Amino acid sequence: MPDVIPENSVGLITPKVQHFDTPLTLRSGRVLEQYDLIYETYGELNADRSNAVLICHALSGDHHAAGYHSMDDKKPGWWDTCIGPGKPIDTNKFFVVSLNNLGGCSGSTGPVSINPETGKAYGPDFPIMAVRDWVNSQARLADVLGIDVWAAVVGGSLGGMQVLRWSIQFPERLKHAVVIASAPKLSAQNIAFNEVARQAIAKDPDFHDGWYQEKGTLPKAGLMQARMLGHLTYLSDDAMRQKFGRELREGKLNFSFAPEFQVESYLHYQGEKFSTRFDANTYMLMTKALDYFDPARDHDNDLRKCLSQAKCRFLVVSFTTDWRFAPARSEEIVNALIHADKDVSYACIESDNGHDAFLLPIPRYLDIFHAYMEGVAARSFGGKS
Amino acid sequence: MSELRPDLSIIQQWIRPESEILDLGCGEGELLSYLKNEKNVHGYGLEINPEKLTACIRNGVNVIEQNLDNGLGNFEDQSIDTVVMTQALQAVQRPDELLDEMLRIGKEAIVTFPNFGYWKTRFYLLLKGRMPMSDTLPYNWYDTPNIHMCTFRDFEILCREKGIRILNKTVVDDQHREHWSIRLWPAMLGEIAVYHITRR
Repeated sequence: MPDVIPENSVGLITPKVQHFDTPLTLRSGRVLEQYDLIYETYGELNADRSNAVLICHALSGDHHAAGYHSMDDKKPGWWDTCIGPGKPIDTNKFFVVSLNNLGGCSGSTGPVSINPETGKAYGPDFPIMAVRDWVNSQARLADVLGIDVWAAVVGGSLGGMQVLRWSIQFPERLKHAVVIASAPKLSAQNIAFNEVARQAIAKDPDFHDGWYQEKGTLPKAGLMQARMLGHLTYLSDDAMRQKFGRELREGKLNFSFAPEFQVESYLHYQGEKFSTRFDANTYMLMTKALDYFDPARDHDNDLRKCLSQAKCRFLVVSFTTDWRFAPARSEEIVNALIHADKDVSYACIESDNGHDAFLLPIPRYLDIFHAYMEGVAARSFGGKS
Repeated sequence: MSELRPDLSIIQQWIRPESEILDLGCGEGELLSYLKNEKNVHGYGLEINPEKLTACIRNGVNVIEQNLDNGLGNFEDQSIDTVVMTQALQAVQRPDELLDEMLRIGKEAIVTFPNFGYWKTRFYLLLKGRMPMSDTLPYNWYDTPNIHMCTFRDFEILCREKGIRILNKTVVDDQHREHWSIRLWPAMLGEIAVYHITRR
């Protein structure tokens, strides 16, 4: 954390927790009798409640999208580049809601929470969530906050899948959908990456079939491997070449199997950091939600038919070197929307940063996002909060 | 909306209210924005210039980042009422194939392009012996995006060969104004052509 909070930051933020005791029936058929959702809000809700924007997080994200929790924080929230005063999602205009999804490990009910029926942590027994379950729970949070219609629902990657699901599940409850670096469903290659990550976790002797909390262990090695694999698929070949090249940590070959190249120690660092902050069961569950997502499946595998239910306007954005959620996948969404005669704009942003680009301050990306959100403000509430 | 570019105000007369249009190389979305407001037309623009694309988004116009040279295979047959392309025909890799594509997707199409048979262009080449340059064609031969220049006659011969019917045509000066003198000898005196075509 810098000594002073930057002017274009939402500042110090305190998360809130909302308890729900209306049972939530899940896609799997299981029921969550009660649950908590932790969330943050930035900006002010206007009098006619027309300026609310929902942020949907990706695989490893959480409710802390912008600002700082304390003056000791080293970094702001995960999407601070895009949320704040004067930023694309301008908190001078919008009331922004960001929550941690069910099954997460940052404060919403998930595998690390206590199952009231057993008195112990859910662990691997926590139901596998589908994207539509998250959207249902997000709609209930909207009800509590008094938001009938979102000015926009916004998300990248797995977050973008939630946005797509919103557009067909509650077509009357959002005016704009912003789908960034996402896909209408995962490819076999993508599912394969997720399975390798899950296997890395499952085969860790400290995983104990997911009951590590009870055993007092943590499958750190497995989670670290999963993250290392994930992380390198989020970068592009070019980005890695530029960032690390073949640079050696000690400037010479040591003929050992310890990390010698900079890229190795970077991956180790990322994996290590992640393995101490993230829950392994949550990682398993989130990757499953990604794999299962395929909204066209209920509509004869016809994405146009599926998206023809939507009533909102769309912005779709992809990045040139993103091979995990490649531009062609975004274009599938765009073409289905065009064939369904929906309002859609699409930009493919030049970037070397692979899938990670959607979190980075790339000028053209921020310009387009900003321009679109100004239109959202103008159409939803005349532009002024 | 009285400040519409002169060529666009000619084009808009040929577009029916409530119709579906596709604007290839839509710039900042002036035409789409005008047609949406004035004729309740629904449409999409294709554009690859980053600044112009952002301007479209700012103007609330549906814009898709798509290069015309990579084809239009993502648009379905006869799914659009009118496909419009202003001042881009001469800059694409294969104008003939793009014309086919425009009339595969669109029931009708409107095309504008600079006339290489304009008298000043003819005299420029004749007298100077160099590739013509003008306000309409401001580039050198080696850096011009206009790689497939044609005359009105060339275009009409291509249309005939392809079985394309010309519904309307107008010829204008470089300010896109219609003028009585141009009508006397359009192939020589017209600087920019505006064609309304169909295959039906």
